[in-house]
Amino acid sequence: MSTRLSCGGRLIDRRAPRDFSFNGKKMRGFLGDTLASALLANDQMLVGRSFKYHRPRGIVAAGPEEPNALVGLGVGSRFEPNQRVTTTELFQGLTATSQNHWPSLEYDVGVVNNYAARFLPGGFYYKTFIHPRFAWKHVFEPIIRRSAGLGKAPIDRDADRYEQAYDFADVLVIGGGVAGLQAALVAGRSGARVLVLEQTAHWGGRAPVDEAEIGGLTADEWIRNAVEALEGMQNVTLRLRTMGAGVYDHGYVLAEERIADHTPADGRPRKRLWRIRAAKVIAAQGAIERPLSFAGNDVPGVMLAGSVRDFVVNHAVAPGDRTVVVTNNDDAYRTAILLVEAGLSVPVVLDARAAADGELPRRARAMGIRVETGRGIASVKGGKRVTGVAVCAQAGQGAVLETIACDSVAMSGGWSPIVHLWSHCGGKLIWDEVNAHFRPDPDRPPTGQDGQGIVVTAGSASGALTTDAVLRDATNAAGGTDAPEAAVPQEAPVAAIWVMPQGAGPELRAKMWLDYQNDVKVSDVQLAAREGYTSVEHTKRYTTLGMATDQGKLSNINGLAVLSQALSIDIPQVGTTTFRPPYTPVTLGALAGEARDDIFQPLRRTPMHEWHEAHDVEWEPVGLWRRPYCYRRPGETSHQAVMREVSNTRTNVGLLDASTLGKIIVKGPDAGKFLDMLYTGMMSTLPVGKCRYGLMCNEQGFLSDDGVVARIDEETWLCHTTSGGADRIHAWMEDWLQCEWWDWQVFTANVTEQYAQVAVVGPNARKLLEKLGGMDVSKETLPFMQWQDGTLGGFRARVYRISFSGELSYEIAVPANEGRAFWDACVAVGAELGAMPYGTECLHVMRAEKGFIMIGDETDGTVIPQDLNLGWAISKKKADYLGKRGQERAFLASPDRWKLVGLETLDGSVLEDGAYAPAEGLNANGQRNTQGRVTSTYFSPTLGRGIAMGLVLRGPDRMGEVVEFTKLDGSLAKAKIVDQVFYDKEGAKQDV
Amino acid sequence: MRRYSVFAIAREAMRHHTGWERAWASPEPRASYDVVIVGAGGHGLATAYYLGKNFGITNVAVIEKGWLGGGNTGRNTTIIRSNYLQDPSAAIYDKALSLYENLSQDLNYNVMFSPRGLLMLAQTHHEVRGYLRTVHANNLQGVKTEWIGPEKVKELVPIINIHGPRYPILGALYQERGGTARHDAVAWGYARACSAMGMHIIQQCEVTGVRSEGGQVTGVDTTKGHIGCKKLGIVVAGHSGQVAAMAGFRLPVESMALQALVSEPIKPCMDVVVMANTVHGYMSQSDKGEMVIGGGTDGFNNYTQRGSFHHIEETLRALIETFPMISRLKMLRQWGGIVDMTGDRSPLISKTPLGNCFINCGWGTGGFKAIPGSGWAMAELVAKGEPGPLAAEFSIDRFKEGRFIDESVAAGVAH
Ligand SMILES: Cc1cc2nc3c(=O)[nH]c(=O)nc-3n(C[C@H](O)[C@H](O)[C@H](O)COP(=O)(O)OP(=O)(O)OC[C@H]3O[C@@H](n4cnc5c(N)ncnc54)[C@H](O)[C@@H]3O)c2cc1C
Repeated sequence: MSTRLSCGGRLIDRRAPRDFSFNGKKMRGFLGDTLASALLANDQMLVGRSFKYHRPRGIVAAGPEEPNALVGLGVGSRFEPNQRVTTTELFQGLTATSQNHWPSLEYDVGVVNNYAARFLPGGFYYKTFIHPRFAWKHVFEPIIRRSAGLGKAPIDRDADRYEQAYDFADVLVIGGGVAGLQAALVAGRSGARVLVLEQTAHWGGRAPVDEAEIGGLTADEWIRNAVEALEGMQNVTLRLRTMGAGVYDHGYVLAEERIADHTPADGRPRKRLWRIRAAKVIAAQGAIERPLSFAGNDVPGVMLAGSVRDFVVNHAVAPGDRTVVVTNNDDAYRTAILLVEAGLSVPVVLDARAAADGELPRRARAMGIRVETGRGIASVKGGKRVTGVAVCAQAGQGAVLETIACDSVAMSGGWSPIVHLWSHCGGKLIWDEVNAHFRPDPDRPPTGQDGQGIVVTAGSASGALTTDAVLRDATNAAGGTDAPEAAVPQEAPVAAIWVMPQGAGPELRAKMWLDYQNDVKVSDVQLAAREGYTSVEHTKRYTTLGMATDQGKLSNINGLAVLSQALSIDIPQVGTTTFRPPYTPVTLGALAGEARDDIFQPLRRTPMHEWHEAHDVEWEPVGLWRRPYCYRRPGETSHQAVMREVSNTRTNVGLLDASTLGKIIVKGPDAGKFLDMLYTGMMSTLPVGKCRYGLMCNEQGFLSDDGVVARIDEETWLCHTTSGGADRIHAWMEDWLQCEWWDWQVFTANVTEQYAQVAVVGPNARKLLEKLGGMDVSKETLPFMQWQDGTLGGFRARVYRISFSGELSYEIAVPANEGRAFWDACVAVGAELGAMPYGTECLHVMRAEKGFIMIGDETDGTVIPQDLNLGWAISKKKADYLGKRGQERAFLASPDRWKLVGLETLDGSVLEDGAYAPAEGLNANGQRNTQGRVTSTYFSPTLGRGIAMGLVLRGPDRMGEVVEFTKLDGSLAKAKIVDQVFYDKEGAKQDV
Repeated sequence: MRRYSVFAIAREAMRHHTGWERAWASPEPRASYDVVIVGAGGHGLATAYYLGKNFGITNVAVIEKGWLGGGNTGRNTTIIRSNYLQDPSAAIYDKALSLYENLSQDLNYNVMFSPRGLLMLAQTHHEVRGYLRTVHANNLQGVKTEWIGPEKVKELVPIINIHGPRYPILGALYQERGGTARHDAVAWGYARACSAMGMHIIQQCEVTGVRSEGGQVTGVDTTKGHIGCKKLGIVVAGHSGQVAAMAGFRLPVESMALQALVSEPIKPCMDVVVMANTVHGYMSQSDKGEMVIGGGTDGFNNYTQRGSFHHIEETLRALIETFPMISRLKMLRQWGGIVDMTGDRSPLISKTPLGNCFINCGWGTGGFKAIPGSGWAMAELVAKGEPGPLAAEFSIDRFKEGRFIDESVAAGVAH
């Protein structure tokens, strides 16, 4: 059984017990435990079930490479699936539940897959479930879906919040082991701005566990001194519980800090996402131990040898009473020695190498530990817990020489440097024959914009395996020379042994796990090779090797080795799969940060926003703005409100908050020339004080925006754009000015938010303004399509006589900070006249009644001004404008285009939004031919009937013709082609 | 080709699966072929397959610089739908969808086509009108789609938040026949079928030059030497501009990174595919249980297959807003592919200025769904030298004439 030892445990505080529960069972651990060590201390080795075969699984590792021990953590709005117990700090009241089983962890029906494993080899699903055709969707896939997936889906909205922050560093050190600390010391002393990140809650990494001695001190002492020294440097920042997640182009690094994971609901954000710019990244993430591939290497109780040491030294937890150590290197002897020193039994060390006479094996033998060389494990006995191992000769086929009882197995297949951060941005690897691992190739680093490397590795992450070499490498990485000395025992090299025994037959190979979580075995990789899925990416995808939540950290290299053997090529020729961010999974909430709910996107408010809110507004999102769609009085439907607003504006006076309208100042000696290129019409000749409607097209000739332009002075124009288009058009202007016409003297400024704008519209509009008092707004002084500065009601105002409704209309711009007061004043004086505010839908109905186009309704990126009968707004005098050449192309210049017309249903009903007009016959692809479509359709209260505009094939030539339009119920509506202007065709009402 | 079936598996199980043959051969290139296809992505392989199946042309090589299916075909989020707005698009995507419906049987390879239903959410009035237009258009095109209200959306997607404070859900365009398939399996299934017809799939072989004589293509230079051909099909997605340059012409195509990510796997919680274009994100759940997530392109030209972080962030904001329960899930993996974008966001299946050289590209962010239809149409173009009705509108000349097939009209994000 696994238990807590009576003394030791450098990270736990025995005076601080912590109660927690696992599957409802009450358990106790200590402050400083991980959930993994606490579970083991309570003899809970069985913690989960595998993905495909639902095999019982225990804890294998002590860090982020753990593939099995994933649990559901917390409840309700703080429930999180797939939480790795080895990286979860224990806290009081923690609740954990195991996953992927039914009805219980101990008795899981899904384990039938295990017994059928023979029929479910890698990629089996590609070869079956093909017939009958409908069975995949209705029978097989639902079964597969339900049995796949690990943890339960959360149901509730996340109760926690997340933040994001930025940081900058000359040197960013990722990993706070002795290599990282040493690199930070060197960099810190040089005066550089240094940031050090460590994913766990402790500094120092593995060195104290491996009993390193540095500069005459114990590792713990050296680490304490180093951290103290770093804390004393002004230019160094240390962050624990912060995982370097990804390195992106130009030295942009993403890191995730766990702030309140171990203190839930304490009011702090749960996690903080750091976005860091670093001139130099030192990746000192260490190395990960590899398992060995022998039959039954996934039985609970089989663990990595180094992780066994972690649990013993850090948490005083012994994974078993009798531990068999199996290895291909010297390092694992540390585990045997440690266990025996802790008073536990190690019946045998099975060393697959022919000889073991390094310092550590000698020490082990001297302690009386039985060491067998040239031996391996033929199979592990036991189901939910190891009960023993069958020993065989490594060189043979697995004939059992002896069976040894034990309750745990500590295995070591050697160590692989963690190369993720090095590789994310293109750092290359080389195969190190001596140590049998891939390590960063210092000559081919990921490079920044100047072609220089942006990442260096330090310590075991570079492939240095002894503390001595680690410190030297870290010192170099940071540009230093003086590394502290470390006393290290002589170690003999690892042997590149992957499969145990060497000649294992198919029977055994089908029980050797590579990817534990996804249940990928040696036999699966061999099958992939046999079937031609020989590229390492094909193997990965075909077998799902390395696609589990540990992303192959544990055993990808083993898989590559098996593949290389199967293909009889060298490992470097096989290569690795791509390392992608993040290093370990990052919470989606942290990636989204604070942007949730109301502040999910910036909300742009006009100065009158609060007034609308207080007056029955129904909002409509328009870009990031919110505009009143209508103001719904109690008892009204939205439709009724809109009808009322239209009628009142047409017969009396209405007020529109038009502040969102885009306003861009274009100024400079070349401004006129610039606008003549931008607009289809002529703007340079517009006299000061006048307004002109303008159209903008893209280079292809398609209409992209419209609005009224006002000439402010000799060198200044103010361009109104659509509300949604302001930013886009401003960027478009800058694009041309900065990239194409950089020598033109033009300046632009988007002043949309600098002005509040109110449209006062309707026959009584002038009366309302006169009541406000101030400047002369008579027809004589301020005629249609002109503007003037003055004061109204005491407010500084710029008044434009422009109309989007066909009524007498003034658009009044006042400084934004006076907007609300001005609006209030308009409302106050308007009250006596019966003025009402109106919203966007009323605006739309009125403009449709007038046959005015709306960008986005009449246009969709395929429509040119000529299609909309707007030829009059295209200057014939100009040599060029953006879109001119585009419009000259055959298809666009053709007389057979769909052109804008008005549409009147014969029965007065409203045509459906988006309806098409079918034409006779089918096209070559068997689709019904069409001859037009509806672009805007409304009920007009003014006319008491449905009105619409549409684009119809040669429409203007077909006035009076009746065309049919589709309805969603399958029937057709008949409509007559009419002039697009339904109301006040002469334009008399706006020009009074 | 030995057929795959449950019986074959049972038989092999008895001998520990030692009797399976290679899914596709790994031949040395011949000196020349009738047709060479550059690019063993889905589109290239499907082109080869239908050349053999529909036209009996099997002296074909598909040349791939990396591993087959390793381009965008193996990187995409596998959304399949045919609810496109414009007639030529609806025609080819619907052809593809109907071929997908029988593809597993046709190829004897389970591509796991899963018509789980697809929703495109409308979150502004403008979007509502746009999708209604699509429904009207689709009805006339013979593509069955429907407009559904928010309650039905909630019923189909219980984890959705239809009352978001910023962009409440007003309804959705729903295509019941839409769904997903297993991307690798599509490439592998086609590769296996091509190989079985005697075609050569030559991997780890990069095309470095295109040879011609008198305006007619004669072959390609590759890292495995010169390979002659009577006809050449260029089907290389994000690298189209480069290979076209070798053949001496330019394309109206830009290459940009498009990213995707997956969460850790969880038990099934969402059956349908949901796209939210106003907020820019889409999500589905794979058979493995991962939430598969994507958004828009990075917006600048690039070949790195990485992509930047800011886009991921934007996408996740959108999706957490739409599906608040995903906030505590974790991102397992993030990656990018280089997509080939044309000016009107529609593909090219076209003759080129070089005789007997044909191009198929421009599928951009949404070409996985098109693979069978595109291969079908491209095969016809290559075999006959002239496009059939499916390909006719997708010629390069449309840019000269202004005859665009603009799909961005209907949706900002078009996957
Ligand atoms: C993140 C992402 C998500 C996507 N999501 C979807 C989605 O949900 N639905 C959808 O329908 N589509 C989606 N797409 C788009 C889809 O993936 C592509 O449109 C489609 O896969 C393109 O296939 P292809 O065969 O044309 O290109 P690819 O699969 O890229 O194949 C082109 C091949 O050409 C090879 N090649 C290039 N140059 C050479 C050369 N000189 N010599 C030899 N070989 C060469 C490449 O190595 C590559 O294998 C997505 C794309 C991405 C990147």
